[in-house]
Amino acid sequence: MIDLHGFGPALVAGTLMTIQLALCALVLGLMLGLAGALAKTSGNRLLMAVGGFYSTVVRGVPELLWVLLIYFGTVNLMRAIGSYVGKPELELSPFAAGVLALALCFGAYATEVFRGALLAVPPGHREAGLALGMSTVRIYWRIILPQMWRIALPGLGNLFMILMKDTALVSVIGLEELMRRSQIAVTATKEPFTFFLVAALIYLSLTIVAMVGLHFLERHAARGFVRPVS
Amino acid sequence: MQWDVIIQWLPKLFEGVGLTLQLVALSGVIGLILAIPLGVARASQHWYVRALPYGYIFLFRGTPLLVQLFLVYYGLAQFEAVRKGPLWPYLRDPFWCAVITMTLHTMAYIAEIVRGAIQAVPAGEIEAARALGMSKWQTMLFITLPRAARIGLPAYSNEVILMLKASALASTITLLDLTGMARTIIARTYLPVEIFFAAGMLYLLISYGLVLCFKLLEKWLRVDTGQLGR
Repeated sequence: MIDLHGFGPALVAGTLMTIQLALCALVLGLMLGLAGALAKTSGNRLLMAVGGFYSTVVRGVPELLWVLLIYFGTVNLMRAIGSYVGKPELELSPFAAGVLALALCFGAYATEVFRGALLAVPPGHREAGLALGMSTVRIYWRIILPQMWRIALPGLGNLFMILMKDTALVSVIGLEELMRRSQIAVTATKEPFTFFLVAALIYLSLTIVAMVGLHFLERHAARGFVRPVS
Repeated sequence: MQWDVIIQWLPKLFEGVGLTLQLVALSGVIGLILAIPLGVARASQHWYVRALPYGYIFLFRGTPLLVQLFLVYYGLAQFEAVRKGPLWPYLRDPFWCAVITMTLHTMAYIAEIVRGAIQAVPAGEIEAARALGMSKWQTMLFITLPRAARIGLPAYSNEVILMLKASALASTITLLDLTGMARTIIARTYLPVEIFFAAGMLYLLISYGLVLCFKLLEKWLRVDTGQLGR
């Protein structure tokens, strides 16, 4: 067995932090992605431009750069806001910056996934809703979103795996997640290979858990959906 | 926004662009060459041929690039045999470590693209080649692979853009690529927003250039003539 020199609990704490980070970014990212997709398919020229700008610019810049930019770049902004509300020491914690940056990147890709899924819902369903006198919001809530979910799920699953691996980037701004904890252990023990290998195995098992979870989610979302006989 | 600072440091940033492009080009090209046999083996009908590439791809896609990078750059030095070995001058150099890791990483992804493309080649075309008396290897070399190259090219261009963004991680092992250079400049000027903004714009420009190159390549390979009726 691998000797962890008593750093086992620290790695477990780091893993928990990684999971928290990924889930928080996932929730915020899903909202951003949905908003982006709705903007891009809205037909309103301004909203479409905003959605297009968001998904193009964010996807063209490295995730690491977003993490650094949001953490180091918002210091002055946060100070300004802080002095306005009477707390001049206000700053973004590494966790908040990490969630924001990862959600931003996840949302940009999710925009495209959601957009594709929205377009894949047959227009007849929407028209049927209109014919029944449903409001636009109600049509989205009752008809389009539940159907879109099933189509979007595989794409979102891929994005979530990418998101989970990108959480390692937040170690660069000092958040004590799995990667940072491993680095601390390496500094103390001088055994880089051992600890980074353990970190890699933990990430791998997180990926496997996510894969299994997604499999069941997909099955759940596809319930009642009959596959055409081929 | 202090534009004069951006302009003043632009030459330094361009140096970073050079290194980033080197990393992407080397890993993109070597990765592609190595990924073709891997992908062909992954698409094999025999489980014992398929198993090893599957494991490789699973390992490299399931763990973050940052962990892989640290494993190669910091981790390998843990072993006496590596430090005494003939490859040490390369494995000590962050540039070659980044190239090796990025190649191994992108190879796994490209192999999946190759597999998908091979399996998307219409079965009738392969049967036609076999019916004309071509051997299995001839069919692979003259029919399946050229056809798969055209099917897989758009996905490969995506992968290259992803590698461009992943190359930002090279800054974490002391390399002065675009991100690394930006961080160094910020350490001198204390202007994170301006410099990261400039770096982000440069990344956008590079990816735009790459997209254009791949568009030309697609035109040259006549990718869209493969489909019927065009």
